[in-house]
Amino acid sequence: MLIRLLRTHLRPYRKPIATLVLLQLLATLAQLYLPTLNADIIDNGVIKGDTGYILDLGGVMIGVTVAQVACQIGAVWFGARTAMALGRDVRAAVFDRVQTFSTREVGRFGAPSLITRTTNDVQQVQMLVVMSFTLMVTAPIMCVGGIILALNQDVPLSGLLVVIVPVLGVVVGLIIRRLRPVFRSMQVRIDAVNRVLREQITGIRVIRAFVKDAHEQERFAGANQRLKEAGRSAGSLMAMMFPLVMLVVNLSTVAVMWFGAHRIDSGGMQIGALTAFITYLMQILMSVMMATFMFMMVPRAEVCAERIEEVLGTRTSVVPPTEGVRELRTRGHLELRGVDFHYPGAEASVLRGVDLVARPGETTAVIGSTGSGKTTLLGLIPRLADATGGQVLVNGVDVREVDPEALARAVGLVPQRPYLFSGTIASNLRYGNPEATDEELWHALEVAQARDFVERMPEGLQAPIAQGGSNVSGGQRQRLAIARTLVRRPEIYLFDDTFSALDYTTDARLRAALARETADATVVIVAQRVSTIRDADRIVVLDEGRVVGTGTHHELMETNQTYREIVLSQLTEEEAA
Amino acid sequence: MSQDSVNGGSMNEEAKAAAARRPGAAGPGGGPGRFMMGRPAEKSMDFRGSSRRLLGLLRPERALLSTVLALAVIGVGCSVAGPRILGHATDLIFAGVIGRRLPASSTLAQALASLRAHGQGGVADVIAGAGHVVPGQGIDFGAVGRVLLLVAAVYAIAGAAGIVQGRLLNRALQRALYRLREDVEAKLSRLPLSYFDRQPRGEVLSRVTNDIDNVGQTLQQTLSQMLTSLLTIVGVLALMFSISWLLALIALVSIPASAFVAAKVGKRAQPQFVRQWKTTGKLNAHIEEMYTGHTLVKVFGRQQEAAETFREHNEELYRSASHAQFVSGLIQPLMMLIGNLNYVLVAVVGGLRVATGALSIGDVQAFIQYSRQFTQPLTTVASMSNLLQSGVASAERVFELLDATEQDAGPQEPARLPEVRGRVAFEHVSFRYDPDKPLIEDLSLTAEPGHSIAIVGPTGAGKTTLVNLLMRFYDPTGGRITLDGVDIARMDREDLRARTGMVLQDTWLFGGTIAENIAYGRAGATREEVVAAARAAHVDHFVRLLPDGYDTVIDDEGGNVSAGEKQLITIARAFLAEPVILILDEATSSVDTRTEVLIQRAMARLRSGRTAFVIAHRLSTIRDADTILVMENGAIVEQGGHDELLAAGGAYAKLYASQFAQAVAEVD
Repeated sequence: MLIRLLRTHLRPYRKPIATLVLLQLLATLAQLYLPTLNADIIDNGVIKGDTGYILDLGGVMIGVTVAQVACQIGAVWFGARTAMALGRDVRAAVFDRVQTFSTREVGRFGAPSLITRTTNDVQQVQMLVVMSFTLMVTAPIMCVGGIILALNQDVPLSGLLVVIVPVLGVVVGLIIRRLRPVFRSMQVRIDAVNRVLREQITGIRVIRAFVKDAHEQERFAGANQRLKEAGRSAGSLMAMMFPLVMLVVNLSTVAVMWFGAHRIDSGGMQIGALTAFITYLMQILMSVMMATFMFMMVPRAEVCAERIEEVLGTRTSVVPPTEGVRELRTRGHLELRGVDFHYPGAEASVLRGVDLVARPGETTAVIGSTGSGKTTLLGLIPRLADATGGQVLVNGVDVREVDPEALARAVGLVPQRPYLFSGTIASNLRYGNPEATDEELWHALEVAQARDFVERMPEGLQAPIAQGGSNVSGGQRQRLAIARTLVRRPEIYLFDDTFSALDYTTDARLRAALARETADATVVIVAQRVSTIRDADRIVVLDEGRVVGTGTHHELMETNQTYREIVLSQLTEEEAA
Repeated sequence: MSQDSVNGGSMNEEAKAAAARRPGAAGPGGGPGRFMMGRPAEKSMDFRGSSRRLLGLLRPERALLSTVLALAVIGVGCSVAGPRILGHATDLIFAGVIGRRLPASSTLAQALASLRAHGQGGVADVIAGAGHVVPGQGIDFGAVGRVLLLVAAVYAIAGAAGIVQGRLLNRALQRALYRLREDVEAKLSRLPLSYFDRQPRGEVLSRVTNDIDNVGQTLQQTLSQMLTSLLTIVGVLALMFSISWLLALIALVSIPASAFVAAKVGKRAQPQFVRQWKTTGKLNAHIEEMYTGHTLVKVFGRQQEAAETFREHNEELYRSASHAQFVSGLIQPLMMLIGNLNYVLVAVVGGLRVATGALSIGDVQAFIQYSRQFTQPLTTVASMSNLLQSGVASAERVFELLDATEQDAGPQEPARLPEVRGRVAFEHVSFRYDPDKPLIEDLSLTAEPGHSIAIVGPTGAGKTTLVNLLMRFYDPTGGRITLDGVDIARMDREDLRARTGMVLQDTWLFGGTIAENIAYGRAGATREEVVAAARAAHVDHFVRLLPDGYDTVIDDEGGNVSAGEKQLITIARAFLAEPVILILDEATSSVDTRTEVLIQRAMARLRSGRTAFVIAHRLSTIRDADTILVMENGAIVEQGGHDELLAAGGAYAKLYASQFAQAVAEVD
């Protein structure tokens, strides 16, 4: 997964990556050359007491060093740009894909999870790439170069590498193998602690009301304790890593000294070569260690890459038409023909054979109990999801064949849970119609019964709105959401239980104003209160996904048992009688 | 004489530098709420004070820490001494090589004299400096072996000390972090509700999750490294001076040079990082909004604008991030340049000194390695400073939370009511959040035991505030509230709340099974009691449709239960608690009316013998109340029974006429 993701998204950057590899190669070669120069200084300068030679070679060493650093800076430049560009591209790919998703896919992943995937997960992969550019390229070059140069210094002594490198590999490998599950469990436990804290903050009223502080603290203490334990095992393993590796490296040096001394004694090599050999050994061991460190990072990035690929591999269930119908001839005509909807894998259908017709100037109401499918039904019209059977027609055209923008222009849905974007009241109201004038905004606010409280705000239309609209009350948020749709002036208005957060007076006033405003538009209202819908031209009664009755209030009161039950539940028998 | 651990140094440095470069060191993802804003602040306001306080967290671990320090000194001492001893082995080997070349018959003095006579004074000086040269004798393997064994032992000690020290330090650290989290948790329960109401939830969440994580990660990554790095600098410097003060002085130059580079790069990198985090914040906020408001983006057909804004922020992030990455990536090669220049300088000067016989070749080799060992901890310290900054900034945010004003602790000797009858009285109660915005003004009311009070009125009339005061989520700014004649301010908050059951419009369930969530209402409730409460609240029938029944796991975001069902669960929870006073704040607003009627009946049973406060919009909920309070602008404008108020023709009658009369007429 990780490799596929990287391969796909690094492809456009082949050139800078090639340059980077070349620069790293040069820098590494320079670095490998330095010990040879040093050996030369010792063998031919220091031992022979040739000061001039020492100075000459010293000059060469400085030159090589400067060249090496120059190459490295170049590599850092290309590395930084490419890694960040990769992050940018993957992020954009994920974002664009999520944009195409229908509510169903967003719901399947959950918005928070999608956010984490777009931000954190991408960042993790990006960090791995940054590390790779600095380490992964250098390590193999260093390792191979070190081996060649070590062989060049003394072949028999190089035999030691056959023992030392695997020993280091095993030591590091064993620690990492134990470390991986510990790291994972530590992550899980951090999340657990955070979840408890999060719940305590979001549920603080309930916790205090039920006097559950002690219980919560116990719960937290458990999670905290478990995190401490995981932190300790991870820390203990980590604490072993560096000293152990250094021990292997240091003891290898000792071994090389011992065997090297014998080689020198037998005249097989020179003293300077021994020093150089040790340096190369060091470089080989360090490159092995670097590689292993990288592999320690890989599992995390792998998980992230999988999560990213999962999003990128998901196709929306609401596929836009390739050549959508842009011009809709009639206005505001809505029809549902035998519409079915069921979630994949679910036993029962949410909607079954729903028929409904709504025309301009008419108000159609949908009523039914919790879970009867009212919200799902409304969502099918702007294609938040597609019907699994039957047809949804807007102005005579199946919504699946309408150009998405044309559909969005025609249909205005006010969702059950009003959501405002951060910005100002004006920016929120103009969300559906950026060209709207201030007068139009005020008019919409007036209809939505929101003019009063907006006027009372010192900044008026420019009053700031926090993310989600958390700085205004639920009822105010609802009314602003209604105003927002009014500013857009769609042909078909869909209100999904929009009035429940309002008290009766406001509800009644709003509906009266709305009726004037939407006189020639098509209005579909989902509601629970009978008073909200009793004036509707047509009331559709939904029960367990089926239409069990259609008609006016009067007709339904006389003929429909379910409807009567709903009405009676809102009045006492005495009043209903 | 592993004279040059060029790579040894660089590997380490790179790994650390990469760690230090890790954006915001915000660490592993996953945690819910992690993505929400609140990156640790870039610049801390009081770096010194906060870092001192941060270190103060480790104070209880003093005993452990002194052991750590002792072990670190031993470990660093040993690993610093190792190359020095190894240098003797080189000298021995060198002496053997030279010795073999000299005629066995002569003494060393004779051999040197003869070399000088042949015009090889330089070589003679080198040999004289090497020591142990016995003409005619090869390498003394016995002596070399002994030295090497000693070195191996010293390295082994260093390794062992390093491991033990690392483990102990980690233990101390984990304990300190545990305590910090515990402190925060304890603090949360002592903070007044206004603390949570006044700032965005994400902000508080970010402090207790992101910031604490960041503090932990920073300490874990820096503490041990900083300790050994600083000790190594001191140890290496001491040894350098013991070998050659001239070379040591040369090496010493690299300290200010490194500091200069680190400071210069840091200064240029800092604003880039700030910019990077600012854009990251902007981008993440945009992503979060677009995903959470996904439906709206679709419904309003604004995908294109969303994508455009995204592209803008994304591009800006790319620019600032690659800049920051590049500038901070410079530290590495620049430090290497300093190290290598130093290396060359030492090699050259050292070579010259050996040539004149002032130093042994082993000493030079050892010195060269030391100069390498010296730049490595310097680079580490330079790279860590960035990471440390971010950690301290986070710590400061956590400390701010810990320092926030707490709610008053409650009376020393709280009034205890052995048996609560449930008479609640508001006596001239006033309340305001803002000094100049009164919410409740001089409000008085009395609820007799077992009576139910319905509170009606327009949005914002102060109905919920009344509940907040009764639950002592807030305390009145004037007047008092009594329970059976006792001022509730004189009671323990817990005691008061334990006698009160509350169901809110805003349902909250914790991550756990449905049974656990219902049992939340009463500790130690049996399964039968839970099911009984669930039946009364009409939870039972839909729970049975779920695959795992009562053991179905739900959470705050709870996908598998609808808003109405969640509300029913919270009602079951209150049923189980069997409180003396019951508060229902729009408890059934998301439940359809037919189900509500059934719940009403159950609630009527529940309410009998209990004092109940009911806030509702629905007529059916209100009408059966013993007393109806009509609130407007924080005051009670009318109170009485339904018929009585209707007959009076006041505010209630008007409200009723506008809301319900039509519906009633229609049904007739």
